[in-house]
Amino acid sequence: MEWETVIGLEIHSQLKTKSKIFSGASTAFGAVPNSQACAVDLGLPGVLPVLNKEAVVMAIRFGLAVGAKVNKRSIFDRKNYFYPDLPKGYQISQFELPVVGEGEIEITTEDGKAKIVGITRAHLEEDAGKSIHDLYDDYTAIDLNRAGTPLLEIVSDPDMSSAKEAVAYAKKIHALVQYIGICDGNMQEGSFRCDANVSIRKKGAEKLGTRAELKNINSFKFLEKAINLEVERQQDILEEGGSVVQETRLYDSVKNETRSMRSKEEANDYRYFPDPDLLPVEVDDELLEQIRSNLPELPTEKKQRFVSEFGLSDYDAEVLTSQKAVADYFEAMLDAGADSKLSANWVMGELSAVLNKNQTDIENCPVSAQAFAELVMRIEDDTISGKIAKDVFKAMWQGESSADEIIDSKGLKQMTDSGAIEGIIDEIIANNAPQVEQYKDGNTKLLGFFVGQVMKATQGKANPKQVNQLLNEKLS
Amino acid sequence: MMHKLTVAELSKGLKNKEFSSVELTEHFLSRINQSDLNAFITVTDDLALDQARAADEKIANGNAGILTGIPYAHKDIFCTTGVKTSAGSKILDPFISPYDATVSHKLNSADMVMLGKANMDELAMGSSNEKSYYGPVKNPWNKNKVPGGSSGGSAAAVAGRLSPFATGTDTGGSIRQPASLCGITGIKPTYGRVSRYGMIAYASSLDQAGPLTQTAEDAALVMNVMAGFDDKDSTSVDRAVPDYTKNLGNSIEGLKIGLPKEFFSEGLDSGVAETIMAAVKEFEAMGASVQEISLPNSAHAIPTYYIVAPCECSSNLSRLDGVRYGYRCEDPKDLEDLYLRSRSEGFGAEVKRRIMIGAYALSAGYYDAYYLKAQKVRHLISEDFKKAFQDVDVIMGPVSPTTAFDLGSFTDSVSMYLADIYTLSLNLAGLPGMSIPAGFSNNMPVGLQLIGNYWSEELLLNAAHQFQAQTDWHAQMPEGV
Repeated sequence: MEWETVIGLEIHSQLKTKSKIFSGASTAFGAVPNSQACAVDLGLPGVLPVLNKEAVVMAIRFGLAVGAKVNKRSIFDRKNYFYPDLPKGYQISQFELPVVGEGEIEITTEDGKAKIVGITRAHLEEDAGKSIHDLYDDYTAIDLNRAGTPLLEIVSDPDMSSAKEAVAYAKKIHALVQYIGICDGNMQEGSFRCDANVSIRKKGAEKLGTRAELKNINSFKFLEKAINLEVERQQDILEEGGSVVQETRLYDSVKNETRSMRSKEEANDYRYFPDPDLLPVEVDDELLEQIRSNLPELPTEKKQRFVSEFGLSDYDAEVLTSQKAVADYFEAMLDAGADSKLSANWVMGELSAVLNKNQTDIENCPVSAQAFAELVMRIEDDTISGKIAKDVFKAMWQGESSADEIIDSKGLKQMTDSGAIEGIIDEIIANNAPQVEQYKDGNTKLLGFFVGQVMKATQGKANPKQVNQLLNEKLS
Repeated sequence: MMHKLTVAELSKGLKNKEFSSVELTEHFLSRINQSDLNAFITVTDDLALDQARAADEKIANGNAGILTGIPYAHKDIFCTTGVKTSAGSKILDPFISPYDATVSHKLNSADMVMLGKANMDELAMGSSNEKSYYGPVKNPWNKNKVPGGSSGGSAAAVAGRLSPFATGTDTGGSIRQPASLCGITGIKPTYGRVSRYGMIAYASSLDQAGPLTQTAEDAALVMNVMAGFDDKDSTSVDRAVPDYTKNLGNSIEGLKIGLPKEFFSEGLDSGVAETIMAAVKEFEAMGASVQEISLPNSAHAIPTYYIVAPCECSSNLSRLDGVRYGYRCEDPKDLEDLYLRSRSEGFGAEVKRRIMIGAYALSAGYYDAYYLKAQKVRHLISEDFKKAFQDVDVIMGPVSPTTAFDLGSFTDSVSMYLADIYTLSLNLAGLPGMSIPAGFSNNMPVGLQLIGNYWSEELLLNAAHQFQAQTDWHAQMPEGV
């Protein structure tokens, strides 16, 4: 039996407002438990919510960035359920009239093709607090610092058909929310969380299968694993003639398994109704225009510009614009005078590899874009070779000094005096008569051997282009 | 005889050094301590005397405002820092508020002296003050009768001259009905006029705070302090507060009064009807004109209110869960047991009834039939008033179909709900309304209801004050006061 997978994602993106969505308490992460929960966050009797307008502005930024319809009037509703980390006994969310309506975003699938994923809606809501079950033996501890933190819940259409596509979509949204400055994207701290709705159906079938909602996924790697696990689980059930139950399943990254949290029958009836403590959110054209005009260049626009303005390939432009920090770094290099293609190669190659190896990111890179540009320019003007450049970069990473100073102090400047190189080549040819013989008999692969010998003799400083050219002349 | 004076008179007496705020406060505190009305849940002797001393200092220094040093009773629904704020419920019996409601803050800032927290129906649900965890309040006019509710302690305190002024809240009549039954003046302002911040919510879209006083002039003095925009309450309205005392003396000649025929139909006690009509005649004698009007959807106010209010309260009261503050059951065996027993043991029967009605009406499959339908009818009720106010300036009628009834005489909730027929519709519309003493029937006070258009508090207070200038119903006191 051939199956196809249908996936929709619900992404909770924590908005970067300074204060909470309905109170003046700080949203900073990591404070002493319950030190950032004011009377409103604690749900004391008599307190009232007051909307933080900045959260609405951020939601609209997202809406505009995905070409969505921004609703001129949206409503906050109460989602009623009891839980100790939900102080009011209801969560303020948006149910029938969210601030952001239908939109879409383009992702690149595994085979390199573009695919449009629909966005159903995006709505504002407040986060709950945290229940900590393993701190005390007999009690559950509650930390309400997070209670009232603004979230934008971004709901996709069920448009993804593999775990990899889901990851591509999640990464795209992840990059976008950071691009437009509404979320720090920190998945470890829970600033960006994904729930996946997964179902399978017989290939070609029209009707969607019964879905399971996967929760508690806090990395892209786990997202892929959890979806694949779930698809396998559902296939096993269906192939054995069983049926999938609609339920919420929790992903356990330690055991790498999903397990049932609650079935549809056990699900709460949330008794949604408009929150009478809050007025409808009205958005006028003026505000909309103001937000639109303050939007930064979006990833797709940037990508197109990188292709047209800097002559980059689609692929390079895509990679360089996938994260705003990388794109900014790259552009800062060009501003400093470095060549675009060479910079692209070095950012995507050496820089990216070293960042990975050191498990850090470009924002924490010890080598500034200007310093890195200087290095690339020395390659460009033949002061050093690419190979030497890697050594210089290592020294720069260690914080030794600038590219020029390192090249100077270590005497790494490329030999470009053709007379000197010629002398060395002559010597090598004289000392390696058998190889010269073989080369002349047609074993041209030996050119590499000669180049290597020259480089060794010059400690890598000879200009590779010149060496090649001179060797070709002398050996022919 | 300081306790018989109005707020305006006390203010003059304090300014003229006829008595000090401490003397005044001690006098009222001793009256409260000797009283058997059960009008207070908490008496804040020490705090009151501290506030009185501070007020006297201000008076001595010439820094006093009009209300400096005037004692008051604060309905126990307003949060007050460091003082128990129970809202008449067992579930909040252990709750000491760490913060002040905006109204509390405003009264403190006016240097007023809080005598204590007034008794009330549990969580403002009730029309008789029999639903308080702290026991029923007695009507000072006849101690076998109810004072009305939910602001029953506030009304009894003012009528029994235990306090010159009391705060109240009105969700479906909870200021006007006890004011009517106790023979005092009460005003429910336009929704959004007074901040709801720190007022324990019953039904958020209906709740509104206001004063209970002897006279309209006193109500105007206190409204000057209580009213105003509050950025902590999104439903409060940013609109300038007039000086409510400024136009009290205006003539009401030419005032157009509408009498809704629906308010004078069957169910209205004949003695009450006669008293109301006599009061209306008095207005006519002052130059007002009277015409009959119709509010055709009035009959739907009761079912509409008893959907909207329970829906909102079922959610508003969820925070009273035994987790962070308030009553918690003993030895809960798990989380569900903690919720179930804390709430079952902590809430009284009437509150539980309304929570259940609300939860039911909001549940999947019933929402459209109940909550949405009620919202539509609510709109129709507002439209009725809108139309009526195209022809008249003030609508008048009874507050309650009867005078105060005997304690314990209502055994089922629904018949008590029906007694709210004349008060509910204006909460649903968000309009301001008043009750003023209009006479007596069977030796019990009868209140006349004045309903105004949005933001017409000035006009209502003016009309009430003019009436009180011609009559002395408001000056009548229960025997033995």
